[in-house]
Amino acid sequence: MALLELRNVIRRFGDFTAVDNVSLSIQAGEFFTLLGPSGCGKTTLLRMIAGFDVPDSGQILLDGQDIANTPPEKRPIHTVFQSYALFPHMTVADNVAFPLKMSKVAPAEIKKRMEKALEEVQLSRFTHRFPHELSGGQKQRVAFARGLINRPRLLLMDEPLGALDAKLREDMQRELINLQKEVGITFIFVTHSQDEALALSQRIAVMNLGNIEQIGTPSAIYGTPANRFIADFIGKINLMEARVTQISNTAMTLEINGLGTTVLPPKKEIQAGDQGVIAIRPEQVAVHALAKQAEIPHAHTGKVLDFLYVGDVTTYVIELDSGIQIEALLANSSPGRARFFEVDDPVIVSWPQEAAQFLVDRP
Amino acid sequence: MKHTNLTLWLAASLVYIFLYIPLVIVVVYSFNDSRLNAEWVGFTLDWYYKLFNNQEMLLAARNSLIIAVSASLLATILGTMAGLAIHRYRIKVLPFLAFAPIAMPEILLGVSLLLFFLQVLNLTLGLVSIIIAHTTFCVGFVAIIVRARLQGMDDSIFEAARDLGATPWQTFRLITLPLIMPAVIAGALMSFTLSIDDFVITFFTKGIGEPILPIQIYTMIKIAVTPEVNAISTLFMLLTLVLIIIANRLDSGILQGEKKS
Repeated sequence: MALLELRNVIRRFGDFTAVDNVSLSIQAGEFFTLLGPSGCGKTTLLRMIAGFDVPDSGQILLDGQDIANTPPEKRPIHTVFQSYALFPHMTVADNVAFPLKMSKVAPAEIKKRMEKALEEVQLSRFTHRFPHELSGGQKQRVAFARGLINRPRLLLMDEPLGALDAKLREDMQRELINLQKEVGITFIFVTHSQDEALALSQRIAVMNLGNIEQIGTPSAIYGTPANRFIADFIGKINLMEARVTQISNTAMTLEINGLGTTVLPPKKEIQAGDQGVIAIRPEQVAVHALAKQAEIPHAHTGKVLDFLYVGDVTTYVIELDSGIQIEALLANSSPGRARFFEVDDPVIVSWPQEAAQFLVDRP
Repeated sequence: MKHTNLTLWLAASLVYIFLYIPLVIVVVYSFNDSRLNAEWVGFTLDWYYKLFNNQEMLLAARNSLIIAVSASLLATILGTMAGLAIHRYRIKVLPFLAFAPIAMPEILLGVSLLLFFLQVLNLTLGLVSIIIAHTTFCVGFVAIIVRARLQGMDDSIFEAARDLGATPWQTFRLITLPLIMPAVIAGALMSFTLSIDDFVITFFTKGIGEPILPIQIYTMIKIAVTPEVNAISTLFMLLTLVLIIIANRLDSGILQGEKKS
């Protein structure tokens, strides 16, 4: 049985449907992420799981029990808030001990567990400090220690790394993965950052306009996006309008606008005449000097329009003869290769046939 | 640039002189060894001595203290609840209803309260009616102060408390109340100062009988401005000033501390 199961959960605010008939199930021990742009309903969903909000209809099952109407203090679910929400009038020790006091654990036991929890997050020296005397990263650790100390079945996190600077965020991401492995508690993480979601999660649910668009492992979401929205939202991708001209049991022929035909393996539930996009990740696109045209099959000619050098990689924007623009990401891994091409250089681009994916438009 | 600074400084000084000169005169003359408020004769504490032997005045002071303590206590409880409700429910008309009595002319409030006590409640005017009247206009002040403090706080703190196992009552007792306490105390002190020197509303709702301090002072100067009035006024001023300073320290001081974090 799933640890947490949502069945047809709907939440409306006036005319606006924040969560539109969402169903999903999360297994014990998972690191699960709700990912989506702001306003997609991920925070509303999290608030209903925590108990701060009640669904208009649908069920929220924890170990098979419907908890949709249970107040937050009666749920074995704790939350780490974006703002950390530490109690400003209590010391670090009192903040961390709060959940134990609320469940009436004996004072001696509270002290022991509080000290152990603070040791685990390397904050033993800060026991008697107040939240305003801590740095962002330290507050963050206190919030995690407080959320985990009473061993909840589920720990919810609402963009907990959003307020940290980039360097610290990466460190905290690593710590978070280790922490989850150590404590073995199921984590549900909410973020709008696809990098964070890909780095942290075992499974990701991508949300848009109150719906879950796709659930899968980070590599499945990145590698085989289910539709145009996900392809566009997760990472960078080249999207080219295309139409299916022919489909058989072994092959699917597509007409790409301005680029001619291409043949891909067939996909289910697709018919001749279907419209959609061909999606190719920039790192799959190869760029060569025009002179090599004879050696490369399925190549398209064009010229360099612009490029962006960011150190480890360079992104080239190439305009094909048909007017279509394609981005290519080239690694600068060997010395002297930072600049392969200059603006206006004539080039040819190609990609492995199997790297292209056809994403059909569903009305 | 320098010129503007000087002008500003001068203007500000004039405003402060204008504000405080009358008060300073009262304080100075309360120590003047003369029945007349005309010229400085010599230092004396006589007027304070006389004041503390004036039974009528002491009774008025006692009554005023009873009223101020009761009214500020009631107003603090009601005003804190109002402040919390205004913050939580975000219904536009709620803050308006709580704050309107502050802006309303006192004389209007006095008349309407008088009519309410006499015609609706059928109450005999006295200390009780004054306490109710003072509570009415103090509630709004407490509500404003408490609400302002809540607005400066992160609401997820209260959700975090519930999330970590606190019942609504525990959340209020352990989190909300300690965090708004400076505002609650500031509101109480504010109410006390407003109540103890209120004249207009007290005048309308006191009926006959019990002497009340501000009205007692007024009655005394109708006959003659004696230095005894200066003495009571000075003591009065001192009390009010101390309370206002404490209230100000409590509220703004802690709010600033919060912003730093």
